[in-house]
Amino acid sequence: METIPLLRELSETPGLAGHEGPIRDLVRRLWSPLVDELREDGLGSLIGTKQGTGPEPRPRLMLAVHMDEIGLRVTGIEKGFLRVTRLGGTDRRVLPGAAVVVHGKKDLPGVVGMRPPHVVPKEQRKKPVPWEELFVDVGLSEEEIRRWVRVGDPISFDRELVELKNGLVAGKALDNRASVAALTLALEELSRTQHAWDVVAVATVQEEVGLYGAATSAYGVKPDLAVAVDVTFGRQPGVSADDSFPLGEGPTISVGPNFHPQVVGRLKAAAEAHEIPYHIEPTPGRSGTDAWAIQVAREGVPTGLISIPLRYMHQPVETVAVKDVERAARLLAAFAAGLEASFRPQWEE
Amino acid sequence: MILKELSEAFGPSGNERPVRQILRQALEGHVDRMWVDALGNLHTEKQGTGEDRLRVLVTAHMDEIGLMVVGHDDDGTLKVRAIGGIDPRVLPGAQVLVGPDRLPGVIGLKPVHLLKEGEADKVATIDQLRVDIGAKGKEEAKNLAPVGAVVVFATRFRELGPTVMGKSFDDRVGCAVLVELLRGERFPHDLHAVFTVQEEVGLRGARVAAYAACPDCGFALEGTIADDLPKEKDVSPTTELGKGPAITVMDRTFIAHRGLNRLLVETAEELGIPCQFKQPGIGGTDSGAVHLAREGVPCATVAVPCRYIHSPASLLSLADFENTVRLMREALNRLRREHVGSSF
Repeated sequence: METIPLLRELSETPGLAGHEGPIRDLVRRLWSPLVDELREDGLGSLIGTKQGTGPEPRPRLMLAVHMDEIGLRVTGIEKGFLRVTRLGGTDRRVLPGAAVVVHGKKDLPGVVGMRPPHVVPKEQRKKPVPWEELFVDVGLSEEEIRRWVRVGDPISFDRELVELKNGLVAGKALDNRASVAALTLALEELSRTQHAWDVVAVATVQEEVGLYGAATSAYGVKPDLAVAVDVTFGRQPGVSADDSFPLGEGPTISVGPNFHPQVVGRLKAAAEAHEIPYHIEPTPGRSGTDAWAIQVAREGVPTGLISIPLRYMHQPVETVAVKDVERAARLLAAFAAGLEASFRPQWEE
Repeated sequence: MILKELSEAFGPSGNERPVRQILRQALEGHVDRMWVDALGNLHTEKQGTGEDRLRVLVTAHMDEIGLMVVGHDDDGTLKVRAIGGIDPRVLPGAQVLVGPDRLPGVIGLKPVHLLKEGEADKVATIDQLRVDIGAKGKEEAKNLAPVGAVVVFATRFRELGPTVMGKSFDDRVGCAVLVELLRGERFPHDLHAVFTVQEEVGLRGARVAAYAACPDCGFALEGTIADDLPKEKDVSPTTELGKGPAITVMDRTFIAHRGLNRLLVETAEELGIPCQFKQPGIGGTDSGAVHLAREGVPCATVAVPCRYIHSPASLLSLADFENTVRLMREALNRLRREHVGSSF
């Protein structure tokens, strides 16, 4: 698979938290030729199993990427405009003038509007537009809107992926479609490589609203080891080097209480053996990723986390380096293929 | 739809050439003369039927607001300043096109997760924002987007049914109305139509165009602000979408000529064309320059109401657009010397 077209399709397909239908259909289409079995759990996470070559009962490696994205939700219809609120951690500072799609009984394109600055007092213009003054405008009459839209309908950003210089791409929902792309590429690589463990790829739902899909799918998969892939803060204007990682220098491998040291060790070893550059990401507590929920599923799961550096998180211009996506994919595949049939993570005393 | 092509064209003030090229092509064969003056205004002349000898000037401005590159940071991002009036609140999250090569770029903010106490309530000013084109460092950024390179929003035109959405309807919709007028039948009098430059930085093009045209009266065609969103103290719609062309009585740059406004309103009433008055005191148009040309020119401004002008995506009603074309065509056909006299 070509990485940029894959990223483009994944980024541009809607799939808001709790409304993952379109993105799930796309991931199902991408994964079905690459896995032996594909199912959905009760919340809608997609679970694809690729059998390993080891003796039964084979251990299971869960590779988790969340497929949901942040956006808006309709809270009211007034004078032919939609009142909205955030769905997930949407940053209201980037909303005015943004093109969106309202997912009602049919998809309605529109724009986030605010009052013209020409008529707004100067003091008010010094603050970001408050939620009560932001409206989604689909350019239809109130009567027509009421035919198609209900309170509660989700709204996604309408954004094409663009290629910047030096192998960077920018678009919406690259948190976490960049990782969905990486896992897809890893599955493709694993279909050409032997692996002893069963590899269970999971596209989780509802990460952005509380890691819910990761919790239920980890229960269902009952993994012996899990690695989540997500995005992390990329180096960008206004952000300290202590809080971010450069784009184009490989994924990060997280260390901290959320992660089993042997999983971390194996991830590092796989990266080094395959000459994949990486940075270590210190994570002193809650990682804010699916790994946090997976770690405490059932009786506990040894867990790791790979992250792709991304600029402008939760804005419709999220930017990643294509190379980092490919490196995360190679790292996942190398890590999975390197798990020998007898290996189980343990605590060294 | 010519509006789509015009809306998507790249043309901030001082860089109107791509818009001018589209217009020249669109008007080939529909006007009797076409030329470009020292500032870049595109003048066209459509001779009248000879019934009337008035010289009528109609203008619409080609330029749009944008940004200009003023410097480069070590990390390869671009420092910019506004061309025309831009509210910095519409910039974060925008996709843009940079420089003559139209390089894709983005304007992002510090992630909301990393904001410190109080930061979420602040608006980043334009000098604090950076345009990211993916350059690796200062040198590459300088080569790709040198100081002076201009930046516009990258927004696709979309049809939403009764309305359309796109960038720069201020004033590409005025240009589109003027194209429709010029593509139609001849008027009773000679029409001097000018697609002006540099309106957004101070009505510069219209000033020299009006001097050159030496008209008996002038009309500016615009895309003007609509403020019809729900709000607490509902005193200002300014204009409203779907209620027809907006006629200016007075704005920050001129007082409309009463005779011309009467012509417009009577034409609309007689033909049943919806129209509205723009609430006075807000904004300014090329009429502000044209009415002061030489010894003074009676002027009027007619505009298509647009929501969210000067932002990445504005929205207008196609019915308003059609009604503006119709009102202007009919009013120009009825325009006589008595309308421009001083007896009003």
